[in-house]
Amino acid sequence: MESSASFSPSSCSPRSPNPNPNLDQQPRLTITLLEQLKVEQKVAEIYGLLNGVSAHARSLMSELRRDKHVEFLMRGLKQLGPSYHVLDANRPWLCYWILHSIALLGEPLDTELENDVMDFLSRCEDEDGGYGGGPGQLPHLATTYAAVNTLVTLGSENALSSINRDNLYKFLLRMKDSSGAFRMHDAGEIDVRACYTAISVASILNILDYELVKDVGNYILRCQTYEGGIAGEPGSEAHGGYTFCGLATMILINEADRLDLSSLLDWVAFRQGVECGFQGRTNKLVDGCYSFWQGGVLALMQKLLPVVDKQLTSSSVSGESSLGSTCNIKSSDLAGQGSGKLSDVGFSFIKRHTESVPLFHTIALQQYILLCSQVLEGGFKDKPGKNRDFYHSCYCLSGLSVSQYSWSKDAGASPLPTAVLGPYSNLLEPIHPLYNVVLDKYHMSHEFFSRS
Amino acid sequence: MSSSSDDDDRIPFSRRPEWSDVRPVPQDDGPHPVVPIAYRDDFRETMDYFRAVYLADERSSRALYLTTEAIEMNPGNYTVWHFRRLVLEALNVDLHEERDFIDQIAMRNPKNYQIWHHRRWIAEKLGPEAADKELEFTKRVLAYDAKNYHAWSHRQWVLQSLGGWEKELDYCQKLLEDDIFNNSAWNQTFDFGLSYNQEYSKVRYFVITRSPLLGGLQAMRDSELSYTIEAILANPQNESPWRYLQGLYKGDTDVLVSENQVSEVCLKVLKIDHSCIFALSLLLDLLCYGFQPSDELKGVIEALRKSEPASSDDKLASTICSILEIVDPMRSNYWAWRRSNLPSKAC
Ligand SMILES: [Zn+2]
Repeated sequence: MESSASFSPSSCSPRSPNPNPNLDQQPRLTITLLEQLKVEQKVAEIYGLLNGVSAHARSLMSELRRDKHVEFLMRGLKQLGPSYHVLDANRPWLCYWILHSIALLGEPLDTELENDVMDFLSRCEDEDGGYGGGPGQLPHLATTYAAVNTLVTLGSENALSSINRDNLYKFLLRMKDSSGAFRMHDAGEIDVRACYTAISVASILNILDYELVKDVGNYILRCQTYEGGIAGEPGSEAHGGYTFCGLATMILINEADRLDLSSLLDWVAFRQGVECGFQGRTNKLVDGCYSFWQGGVLALMQKLLPVVDKQLTSSSVSGESSLGSTCNIKSSDLAGQGSGKLSDVGFSFIKRHTESVPLFHTIALQQYILLCSQVLEGGFKDKPGKNRDFYHSCYCLSGLSVSQYSWSKDAGASPLPTAVLGPYSNLLEPIHPLYNVVLDKYHMSHEFFSRS
Repeated sequence: MSSSSDDDDRIPFSRRPEWSDVRPVPQDDGPHPVVPIAYRDDFRETMDYFRAVYLADERSSRALYLTTEAIEMNPGNYTVWHFRRLVLEALNVDLHEERDFIDQIAMRNPKNYQIWHHRRWIAEKLGPEAADKELEFTKRVLAYDAKNYHAWSHRQWVLQSLGGWEKELDYCQKLLEDDIFNNSAWNQTFDFGLSYNQEYSKVRYFVITRSPLLGGLQAMRDSELSYTIEAILANPQNESPWRYLQGLYKGDTDVLVSENQVSEVCLKVLKIDHSCIFALSLLLDLLCYGFQPSDELKGVIEALRKSEPASSDDKLASTICSILEIVDPMRSNYWAWRRSNLPSKAC
């Protein structure tokens, strides 16, 4: 079976130092190189096991341990040990990481548990709008995003109608800085994550308007670096998590064409390395969670290729003046639009048909996730030698879903068996890559929030 | 319930006389909480007392002390930090002392968002006089972990908001020397190419483009170019200087195309390492920007093509894409896309 064949890149790779004997001196090992070599060696040992075994055995080794994952996730939902006190201000995140993972696995949730989640999140909701990290905590944009995505993932009318959208809108406006960017909380830090979580929440709840969008694109533009990726704030280094947040924000506000998309694409394409997984930044180690952050960027880029093409032929992206004029056009466009139209960007984006094949090696990525990040007892981890956790479980599964569906020309269409590594039963639910919620759940919430 | 094992001499708040007037407020988790955490007794009690002073908005010195204990238990609680700032302002506390507190807690939690935000808040209030200390502090954190994202962001914010540019290029240089120091166990001599790491490129680019003391990117370009070429030749497998080189000409591709040294370095590398994807990729970009290849370059590329000779109307850029599809199988889809989307001006 072709799909269970393993992927082994050639010896020439961007990551391994590949000392060249023709150079007059042997390259010497730095810390960066040494760490990199250690990881490459561990990964090579794991992939080595695939050689010389039958296709059937290989398929078994690449099997997604669904039952074990569900067990690990459900246990966490019901009880967490004392060491989780460090995540005491991230409990809506724990809900999202766990429940989104369960939804990706296609596992239903019983009504009682669903009610418990809703009840708990309502205790995290601030009376003036937004959700905090736990009951009684200050509302925070990141935990608001986690709470809203959790409720969308639950998907019932009760769950969706429990969100006070009027107050949430007011909270978002309070978090907006005069620069156009957003603050995480009252007097909190400003960065690209804050912009994404604010815009994503507003978009999915159908409350995105010009007031919220104003100048946020200018801020994101200032965060695109000379490497092509996007940094957390202006002047910082291109980074997978922020690149996802920045690009998704720009798409949601309909300004993606203002970014230098071809250099962004080039940077992110180079983040997949010899280990088959993604790294977060140039010359950093591979990490399972970037399967979603970088893999998600590539899934978004696949749908943006016509825009990249347009940029390439007009070749005017990099000029300051052209950006300025694009900006003016956009602003006036937006001012003339009703709020409903802006929120529909996420809907029309996912409806776009694509003729392009994926821009990364989707089988290689699945191989890294299933063989190097998957923990056989349940859950996923960053890389071999690390421990599993809910964050990596969520983003490894999200990345796995993205890579399984990347050959589909229409969102959510069932992929061919060759697109899925291991047994076809590994296939997860498809997601909406702009919000990272399961596609069906997105459609239910879109319908719900469009009529109310 | 277990109690903290490493902190046995801690006296619970309930037995401290100065807290006897406060009624602790338990967390309102509801009857059937999800993701419930089995808090240790000391954590739970500290947070119960924190909730009490927070709800009462008590901006007192005992409240300040309480936030210290709560932060030490969980530096990720942004509500505690936020309240601490309100108390610090109300009590008009000397922020130099606050900075000492942050110094030690940040060294133990260098990847925590809240701590760096709090540091920025303090430095902002202290103004330019804080620049040296902040730069010194980030240097210490970066000595542990040269890739710490927060530390770099903080450093760049300090430079832009408070100043301190004078020594920043020296610091770049020092990064290289530190790297040699780190590797002294292998008794190594200075190796520019490998020490030229991502951190170095990033800080250098930042300084070159933003320092008010330098003439900006254009003024520095020539010296930067030769520097970068040296780094590439020392280790062509290092992606950082290749990206830095392109960055030097961001938004100025005409200059990039007309700079002979750029195509020459690609050629030089390809003569030694036929399948260096960074060299091939840069050549491809040059051709897409309208670069006219020399006959020598064409010859080298044609020789790299392993399969049957090209049909004569094939563009050189297209040939490079085909080579990349083979030597860089991880990105074969990407190179195939590039091949089918070459700009019309590409040779
Ligand atoms: Zn990770």
